[in-house]
Amino acid sequence: MSDREEILALLRENARYSTEDLARQTGLDAEAVESVLADLESEGVVKGYQAVVDWGEVEPQPVRAAVELNVTLDRETGYADIAERLAKFPEVQGLRLVSGDYDFAMEVEGDSMSEVSRFISEKVAPVPEITQTVTHYIMESYKERGVEFGDGHDDDRLSVSP
Amino acid sequence: MTFEPTDRVASVPPSGIRKFFELAEEYDDIISLGVGEPDFAPPWAARDAAIASLERGQTSYTANRGMAELRDRIAVDARERYGLNYDPDEEVLVTSGASEAVDLAFRAFLDEGDSVAIAQPCYVSYVPSARFAGADVVDVPTRAEDEFKLTREVLEASGAADAEALVMCYPNNPTGATMTREELRPVAEFAREHDLLVFSDEIYAELSYEHDHASIATLPGMRERTIVFNGFSKAYAMTGLRLGYALAPPEATAAMNRIHQYTMLSAPTTAQYAAVEALNSCDDEVQEMRAQYDRRRNFVLSRFEEMGIDCFPAAGAFYAFPECPWNDSDEFAEALLEEQRVAVVPGDVFGAGGEGHLRVSYATSLGDLKEALNRIETFIEQH
Repeated sequence: MSDREEILALLRENARYSTEDLARQTGLDAEAVESVLADLESEGVVKGYQAVVDWGEVEPQPVRAAVELNVTLDRETGYADIAERLAKFPEVQGLRLVSGDYDFAMEVEGDSMSEVSRFISEKVAPVPEITQTVTHYIMESYKERGVEFGDGHDDDRLSVSP
Repeated sequence: MTFEPTDRVASVPPSGIRKFFELAEEYDDIISLGVGEPDFAPPWAARDAAIASLERGQTSYTANRGMAELRDRIAVDARERYGLNYDPDEEVLVTSGASEAVDLAFRAFLDEGDSVAIAQPCYVSYVPSARFAGADVVDVPTRAEDEFKLTREVLEASGAADAEALVMCYPNNPTGATMTREELRPVAEFAREHDLLVFSDEIYAELSYEHDHASIATLPGMRERTIVFNGFSKAYAMTGLRLGYALAPPEATAAMNRIHQYTMLSAPTTAQYAAVEALNSCDDEVQEMRAQYDRRRNFVLSRFEEMGIDCFPAAGAFYAFPECPWNDSDEFAEALLEEQRVAVVPGDVFGAGGEGHLRVSYATSLGDLKEALNRIETFIEQH
C-alpha cells in the first residue's frame, strides 16, 4: 500500500487523526504526511471531513429519507444535468446514479416528515424529467459510512489475559 | 480424606496473570492493554461455517487427529506460507488450542526429572505445563540487549545443553521479538549438537511485520527433532473456539495423539468447521488485521520513544515490551491501574528476563491506545 493509500485509509477510519497520529502510524515524518494531505485535498480526492453522527442519540432528531427517483432523458438533458439541479437543494444530503429498478438514489434530510414530504412533492416531483419518486423514511440507522452504531460496550474480553 | 494436590500441582504457584486480572476486575472504567488476544471478531465466513455446521447438527466427535479436510488444509497452508512440509495423515495433529498441543508434547516426551530449557520471558503456560509433566525447568533468559532473541550465548550460559528439549516462541509473547532465518541458525546448530528436541510455538507466525516468518523446522536437520505449534486463535481471532495444531514427524504426533485420544478425544467439531473455512477464504481479513496491528505497533513504539522510555522495536505478535520506569514492574503496574485506570502486565509474570519490563498489548482500538498512552505519560510525569 502506498503512503497515499495508507493515509487515505486512516482518514476514512478517523478523519480527526492529527498529523502526528498519522505520522506515528505510518512511520512517515510529519512533513511528508502534510504533503500527502495537501495533495489529496488540492486534487479533490478528499472533499471534506465530517463526523459520523448517530442521530438516535441526540435531540432533536432530523428526519431522513431515502428517495428513489426515476427519470426520462431527452436530447438536451442528461443524468448530470438532473443531478446538478437536485444537488443544489440543501435538503439533499446524498445523490447517486445507480443501476437497477430506478435511476437516482437520493438522501434527504429535514426537520419533520411534513417538511421532507413537502420538499419531495414541491421541489423534486415537479422537475420535468422526473417520472416517479418513492420515498422511504429512515426508521433506525445501524451503520453509517463503515461505522457501526451500538452501545459501544461490545468488548467482552477479559481485562487481562495470557 | 482431604484433597491434597500432588507435589507437582502444589509446586506451581497461581498465575501472575490471574492475580493481575483480579486486580483489574476491581475497576469498571479501565483501558486494558493487558489483553493477550485480538480485539477483532473472527472473519464472517469462518463464523458462518461454524453456524452452518451447528444447523446441520455436525457436532459428533471427529477423528482423534482432527477432520481429514482440516488436516489437509493445514498441511497445504503450512507448506505455502512457511515452507513446512508435513503429511496430513501422519504428521498433523489438531488440538484444542495450541496450549493443548504444548501440554501433549511435554507429557509425551519429558520423563519425570528430565529437564526442559525454556526461552523466557514467555507465554505463562510453558513452565507450569513442564512442571505438571514432572520435568525440571531450565530458565533461558533472553536479554533486552539481544532484542529478546535466543542466542547461542544465552543457551550455553543457561545450561540448556544438558536439557532434553528446548521450548521457544517467535514471534514472542510477551516481548514481540521475532527471529529471522539467519538468527535461528545458531539455535538450530546448538540443538543438533546437544541432541535437543525443539518445541517451537509459532502461534503468532502470521503477525510478523518486519520480515516473513521463519520456522526453525525448515533449517537443515531440524524437521526430525522439532514439533511446531500453531493455531487459529491469533491470526483468525478465534481464541474462544480453542483450535490449534502440532506439526511433527509421525512418531511424535503418534505419541501425542495417544494422550490426546484419551483426554480430549478430539478438538471441538464446530471450531474445526470454522477453521477449514478460515483457511479456505479468510486471507484478506487476516491481512487487514495484520495491517491494523502494524499501524498500532508503529504508534505505540513511537509514543514510548517520545516519552523517553526504552522499548526495543517489537517486530511481531501484538505486544510492546517497554522498560519499566520503576525498579519494580509489579508495583508500577498496580499503581498505574489504581491512579490512571490503565492495565498493563508486569514483565516478571512471564518468567526470567521479564522483570523490569511491562507487556503492553496493542490489540485494542487506536483511540483507546492513544488515551492509555497519554495516561501513562501523565502517570510517569507525576511520579
